[in-house]
Order: sequence, then C-alpha cells, then structure tokens
Amino acid sequence: MSEFTLSDFSVARGPCDVLRDIDLTVGAGEFVGLLGPNGAGKTTLMRAALGMMPHRGRSTLSALPVAERARRAAWLPQAREIGWPISVEDVVTLGRLPHLARGQKPGGADRAAIDKALARMGLEGFRTRIATQLSGGEQARVLIARALAQDTPLLMADEPAAGLDPAHQLGLMDTLAAEAARGRSVIASLHDLGLAARYCTRLVVLWQGGIAADGPPQEVLTPDLLARVFQIRAYVRQTDDGPICQPLGVV
Amino acid sequence: MTRALALVLTLLVAALFALSLLVGPAGLSPATSLAALIRGEGLAETLVMREIRLPRAILAAMIGAALGLAGAAMQGYLRNPLAEPGLLGVSGSAALGAVIALQTGFAAQFALGLPSAALVGAVLAVGLILALAGPRGGSLTLILAGIAVSALAGALTALVLNLSPNPFAASEIMFWMMGSLADRSMTHVWLAAPFIAIGAVLLLVQGRAFDALTLGEDSAASLGVNLSRLRLVLVLAVASMVGAATAVAGAVGFVGLVVPHILRPFVGARPSSLLWASALGGAVLVLAADIAVRLVLPDRDLKLGVLTAIVGAPLFLHLVYKTRAQGL
Repeated sequence: MSEFTLSDFSVARGPCDVLRDIDLTVGAGEFVGLLGPNGAGKTTLMRAALGMMPHRGRSTLSALPVAERARRAAWLPQAREIGWPISVEDVVTLGRLPHLARGQKPGGADRAAIDKALARMGLEGFRTRIATQLSGGEQARVLIARALAQDTPLLMADEPAAGLDPAHQLGLMDTLAAEAARGRSVIASLHDLGLAARYCTRLVVLWQGGIAADGPPQEVLTPDLLARVFQIRAYVRQTDDGPICQPLGVV
Repeated sequence: MTRALALVLTLLVAALFALSLLVGPAGLSPATSLAALIRGEGLAETLVMREIRLPRAILAAMIGAALGLAGAAMQGYLRNPLAEPGLLGVSGSAALGAVIALQTGFAAQFALGLPSAALVGAVLAVGLILALAGPRGGSLTLILAGIAVSALAGALTALVLNLSPNPFAASEIMFWMMGSLADRSMTHVWLAAPFIAIGAVLLLVQGRAFDALTLGEDSAASLGVNLSRLRLVLVLAVASMVGAATAVAGAVGFVGLVVPHILRPFVGARPSSLLWASALGGAVLVLAADIAVRLVLPDRDLKLGVLTAIVGAPLFLHLVYKTRAQGL
C-alpha cells in the first residue's frame, strides 16, 4: 500500500516555483533519504505535502482533514522548539494527542506507545526532567521520541540527525530504519551522505526544482550526480561493512 | 499537584468573595450583612448588600477570571511569558470607546451608555485586527496588528483628552481609565457576564491546542491543530472577555501578565492546566485587590487599576530577577 503520493506537485514562493511537477510515491517499509543542497526545496516539499504551505497538484496527505492527517503522518520540523519548561514525559505525551478524543486522558495503549518511544531514544531516565533544561542534542531526541509516539504509518523528519553526537546519530538512523522495517514509511531530509548511503533504502535527490535522481543509494550516489548536484567528489564503495560514502573535496 | 492547586484556588476565591461582601464603608456586622443579603432583612442593609456589594464582588471575580484566562491564552498562543491580553489592542480600543462616550456626554444619556460605547470600541478593534492580520497569517502578524491598533487607540484617546474643552470631562476620563469597581450595579454584571462566559468557554475547550503549540506552530499543525481556526477563536474570545472587562471596570493592568507567570510552576508549565488555573488566580487577585482598595485608603477612592499595577509591577520585577537567577 502506498502511504504517500505526490503528483504534478508544484510549490511557488513569490513569482518563481521552488518545486515543479514533482511525482513521488513512497510505499510502506521504505526509508527515503531526501537529499539536495541548501535551498533545493527539501523542507518545502515536506511542509507543502503536509498541507502547511499552499501548493498546486495533488498530495494524498494535504487532501486529508487536519485531524485525520495527524493520525497518518508525524512531522518533525527542523526548528526544535519546546516553548515551556514541561517535563520530557509531557512532551512525548503530546504525540498522542491525535489519538485522543476531546477531553480524553491518555490510556493504557497511549502509555505503552510513550514508554516505547522513550525507550527507543534512550530516554527512560529522563522522564521527569524538564525538557528545556536538557542539552540541544537531548532535546532533539525528546522531540524525535514525540514523533515516534504519534505512531503513524508515515514519519517525516527534517534533518533529524543534525546536532546529535555520532553515537546518537547512528542510534537514530538505526531507529528510523527499524521503523521502516516494521512496515512504516520514513522520509527524512539529510545532509550527511554517509548516513544516507548506509541506512536509507531509497534516496531522492532534489535539485533545481525537480527530482534529479531517485533509487537505491548505490545507484543514486554516482560520481556524476555528486559533482553535478553537490559539486563534490566522494569516495563511494560497497564494503564488507556496508556502503560507504565519504565526501573528499569540492569540485 | 494540580488537583491540590485547584482546591486551594477555589477556596481562596470563595473566601475572598465572602470577605468582599463583608467589607465596606457602611460598617455592617457580618451577621447583619448576610441576613440582609440572603433573607432581605432591613431595607437599607438589603439595598447595600444586594445593589452595591454583591455586584462588586461578582464583577471582581468575573473580571479577574477573564483577565487571568485571557493572559494565559495569549501567553500560550505566543509561547511567550511576556504576552498579555492588552497586546491585541482591544482594551485600548474599549477605553477609547468609553472616553469618547464620556467626552460627548453619551455616557450620561443612559445607564449603560459608557460600557456599550466601550464594547463598540472593542468590536471595531477586533474587525481591524482580523482585517490587518489576514486569515492565514502567523502569530507575528497578529501581534503586529494588535500593536498597531493599540497605538492608534492610544493616540486617539490622547487626542480626545488634548482637545477636551471641559476639564471636568478630562478628569473624569483620567479616573475612569485607572480602573475601578466602585458603584457598579447588577446591570453591569448582566452586561459583561455573557461576553465573559462565551469567551471563557471558547478558550477553555482549546486546552490541547495550546499544549500542542508548546512545540511550535508546525508541530502543532501536524498534531491536528487547525491553526487558523485557533487564531480566530483566540482573537474573538480574548476580545470578548477583555472588551467586556474593560467596558465595566476600565483598564485593570498586570493581572493577565502576572497571574499566569506566578501559577506556571504549579501546573508543570502545561498551557492547558494554566488556563483554568489562571482564571481562578485572576479572580483571587482582583478580589483581593478590590478588598484592599477599600481597606487601605477608604476615604480616598483608591483605584483598582492603580493598586494592581503598584502591586503587580514589583512582583513582576521579582519574577524577572528569579528567572535571571535560574539562568534562563
């Protein structure tokens, strides 16, 4: 079953199109890495697909009513905002809001989802800590746990790995890959080509308003594409430890 | 913790409401007061209790609740502890309506002339804010529109005072703007009550939307919050409550700013719990302040708004100092 489809999808900012005639379908079990240089439209694609920006063409998500969409897709924006000094557990509990009727308190199933999300991000010991007093990387993990607790078929994340230490970057990518392996769809914009090559099942490269490449990592990360889109050359090999993509220099 | 807080605040409201009924220049004993209020014993006493003290206590509780709740909602919506109900420019515009009514003599035409004019001012402000901020804009455009409307209302109020040929009207305006609950009647209660009740209900059911907004507008939208509807509800509800409060009591400052700030730590900073807590807390503060103005300088007609500002500002300074000490 396809979780998410964009067809003839265009987004304009002012007079010029940021994205033009995008066609993209993401199915269950896929972990899609959304790549592209700064300003390629990665964030715009995800926000507009979620119905947070005006767009032309069709998005299966933005067509849904707001409440229904919240049960279908979780969204982790790049700006990591926690406005009030509430506890870590309260932040993660917010992820359950779409599943609660008005005035309903979180029940057993919600508790279980919250516990699971906290455990996945290694936050069991942080439950009662005040979220705003944690470090930036820890806050990022809390917010990822919130998105996991939302327990939606589709998870969209804008640069989720930014600002995490190496161990937590790898841990996060493991978690997202595991979510996809369980049958969810995951779309994450990434700047780290190495992480993208190792963990994603599919890479979509945005460039000049369109999709420059779309496919499995080894097919997408060619010297030609890296030079054309990213203006870099990189060491790309299939090794016994999995695929490796290490940027070497600017072209 | 929140349950204990709810209990404490409710008891405080009840106690201060009772105290408010028992304090006044008529010097009635508590027993006489209550007998007059409930059973109507004694003509003069009944008149004092039912026509002067009862509306005053009800208005204090109602207006305090409205200002506290509106303040908590504004802070929750903007995720900013410095937000307050006056930011929308509604109180300034209501004051302008009242000032024009006082200046033109419209206020003297009939009992509710002044508050009605103030309500018209509030309604015009809401229309102007919504037209300026547009249907889809974010919170920033709303605040800018509010500041613009506020500045315009302030300038026009100053203009009316400036051009006032009548020094008595000018001084009357000055005193009205300080905010007071003296000499209000049950008609004032009935005028303000529906607006405040509607606004309160509109806001109190939005608790989870304010909770979701803790994570920013994008995250809230992805959690199922309809942001444009929330913004419309916020503007209408805050305007309805603050407009009505200003119309019957004048400008009572600092309540909407200070009360949510004080109560935030007691509700684990959860914006939804802060809504009802601030409503109760606002009622406590205004009831207490209105009792204080009668006790501190009984002969000088100390104005309620002056007292809340004099008490509120140092309290706020203390909070700022404490926040700094925590390194936030």
